[in-house]
Amino acid sequence: MATEVKTATRPLLGDEALALGAIDAGLSGAFSYPGTPATEILEFVARETGDGPLASAGGVSHSWSANEKVAYEEAMGMSFAGRRALVSFKHVGLNVAADPFMNSAVSGVEGGVVVACADDPGQHSSQNEQDSRVFAAFAQVPCLEPAGAQECYDMARDAFDLSERFGIPVMVRLVTRIAHTRSGVALAEKRPPRPLQPSTDYARWSLLPVNARKGVAALAAKHADLTAWSETCRWNTLDLGRSGSRTGVIAAGIAVNYFLENYGPEDSAPPYLAIGAYPLPVALVEKLLDSVDTVLVLEDGYPHIEGMLRGLLDRPRGKAIRGKLDGAAPRTGELSPDLVREALGLPARPHRAASGLALAGRPPSMCNGCPHIDSNAAIRVVLDTYPGTHVFGDIGCYALAYLPPFQTVHASIDMGSSISMAMGAAAAGVHPAIASIGDSTFLHSGMSSLVDAAKRDVPMTVMLLDNGTTAMTGFQESMVTGEALVRVVKGLGVREDHLHVINPHRKHHEENVALVKREVEHKGLSVIIARRECIQTARS
Amino acid sequence: METNIVLCGVGGQGILSISIALDIAANRLGWQFKQAEVHGMSQRGGEVVSHLRYADHTVRSEVIPRGKANLVLSVEPLEALRYVSLLALEGALVTSSDPFKNIESYPDVDEVLAAVGREPNHVLLPGEALARQCGSVKAANIVLLGASAPWLGMPEETVEAAIRELFEPKGEKVQELNVKAFRTGRSAGEAYRRCVAAGVPSRSACALAGKLKDGLLSPDAVAPWKAVFLGPGAAEVLSALGQPGQRVKGDAAVPEAILAAGKEADVAELMAGRR
Repeated sequence: MATEVKTATRPLLGDEALALGAIDAGLSGAFSYPGTPATEILEFVARETGDGPLASAGGVSHSWSANEKVAYEEAMGMSFAGRRALVSFKHVGLNVAADPFMNSAVSGVEGGVVVACADDPGQHSSQNEQDSRVFAAFAQVPCLEPAGAQECYDMARDAFDLSERFGIPVMVRLVTRIAHTRSGVALAEKRPPRPLQPSTDYARWSLLPVNARKGVAALAAKHADLTAWSETCRWNTLDLGRSGSRTGVIAAGIAVNYFLENYGPEDSAPPYLAIGAYPLPVALVEKLLDSVDTVLVLEDGYPHIEGMLRGLLDRPRGKAIRGKLDGAAPRTGELSPDLVREALGLPARPHRAASGLALAGRPPSMCNGCPHIDSNAAIRVVLDTYPGTHVFGDIGCYALAYLPPFQTVHASIDMGSSISMAMGAAAAGVHPAIASIGDSTFLHSGMSSLVDAAKRDVPMTVMLLDNGTTAMTGFQESMVTGEALVRVVKGLGVREDHLHVINPHRKHHEENVALVKREVEHKGLSVIIARRECIQTARS
Repeated sequence: METNIVLCGVGGQGILSISIALDIAANRLGWQFKQAEVHGMSQRGGEVVSHLRYADHTVRSEVIPRGKANLVLSVEPLEALRYVSLLALEGALVTSSDPFKNIESYPDVDEVLAAVGREPNHVLLPGEALARQCGSVKAANIVLLGASAPWLGMPEETVEAAIRELFEPKGEKVQELNVKAFRTGRSAGEAYRRCVAAGVPSRSACALAGKLKDGLLSPDAVAPWKAVFLGPGAAEVLSALGQPGQRVKGDAAVPEAILAAGKEADVAELMAGRR
């Protein structure tokens, strides 16, 4: 039987391994906004370095920023100053940070910048399954795609080296299963941070067209060198094997694991190219194509590699390409070892039959005692009283009010959309129009909409649900709550006679309903702050 | 050597804690492990599942392929049934019998437990009652971990050491409570399997195992207990087992006394060994 050994590895989630890899690579700053499945990256940096000195004293500075754009720009400032920065968020967070992301490729970086982007194929907790590899290609920056926690750790260091070698940001693309899978990680030697040495190349950093044209040309010129790097780097490996199979496989990231799961060390897998780095290693793809007739592409997310291989003409060099676009694997949803096994044409493993009992699902729900329950109970009464009421929700626990018993959310598209959508709907003639948004989401991207709504006194009611925390992602500190939040709302131009603070609690239900009804009838902007602490933080 | 475990339950039941205990144990043995979990919204009363794989060779897939799971370890019976089809034909199912009803459409509990009882190679235990015996209802997850010991593929000392490491920040008392929960669960699981193998109905074996002191049942007590549960006084015995607080000694004397006393017996008194 097994005996205990002295362990040299540290159990880490993929997110945590990436964070520690960055720290050990000489990180100075980490910036993020919470979002599943990326949240644990910054949480780990905070835990690991929280007691140490700040970046200015040779340590690591870290913060939950107001939103992803702010986080990205903070990272760029740190890079400008010569130091290394990590910016992390979930895939849709990159949309918010798209402006600095795209332009940082043009300006380039001084200290290394690593962009950790956690995708969510299968949409465990997201509104879409956009593939950040596409975004990396769009910005023309390299992308690394780890296939496990060890690779998260190792790639973080490589990403900083690559970023500084080519002078551009580097993306590390995770998927939920990598971000949230824990395994033992062997650690490398910790490197010191870079010294404070702000860039003096102001022309490169100041993207006036006269400078930016040069930046765009310089970025395009890097592509050939990046491809040459990709063809020889350790993250892309070609194994032509001994099977003699005329069907080859290109597998990327986690799909490499799902693929190799089917072959023991003694079995000979079909010829395959494992991809962990982009731009794609063209020479290796050519070598694989030369030795097979058909290539099966296995990737979690969009048919990104497959689409590039097919191009317009579908059959590169006359070879058949299989994957998500021809139905060998499903076009959407999360890839799985079982789907990959099927795509490989291998027989399903014998398994136990399901019990036969109809098993009710157990969807997430608001906690007992949650203040959002009482806020939505009040909104429900308004809905029942005024036919034609529409409620524009937002991203947070309160989005669950879409479900019974409340059904008090009619739309929620993206962070901060509630107020702006209510404005548009009010302009179209919807009345009452209600926006329902949490404190953290409001600070993230609801404020600018409210400035607009106040300026034009749009006839709508904003329910600002202040529970004092960012609850859904694990209770990260919210930027501004309580009385300070009232001051912010006033400062944005909201009239004091239509700004109210209520306590969303069962015992105040009747008075709360009366107030909401009154404000809903007002033909101008009203803001009602429903303030009660999140029941989870209140209990802990 | 390769072990693939589906750990499941409802948010807040400590699924993550038992996953991490096993991670620590696998790591202590120098094995590779991969433990995939789902975070985020599902923590709000939703179903929680963690795939844990460990082996003395390279572990590839983060997710357990269908047909490769050795064990479904659940802190909730409905959740246990959800993952049966991931099990290999000979795989084991270990679950608590305590339903967590936070949905209106929760199926009939008797049907759920009967479905568990029909699974080959299963263990059904009142996790909360056994955990309460050890000092805290919160340790139900560790009780179920103990009941899973035969399928963990690693020495029990290593698991116990991992439990101590996991609960180290909470102090010695909590550490010892959880080690006791592990041992009690292991013994109660063994008692349950012995009873069921001998022909005791699943629900009766479950009720008995939940009352056994430290989960211990003497092997020679199985046959007389079977006679009790298949005999005319079974309903009364089950009702007595359903009373809170009752503890049952694990030796053969108890069921033999019940059998000998016949109809007029005060079953509760007999089970407490007070005659």
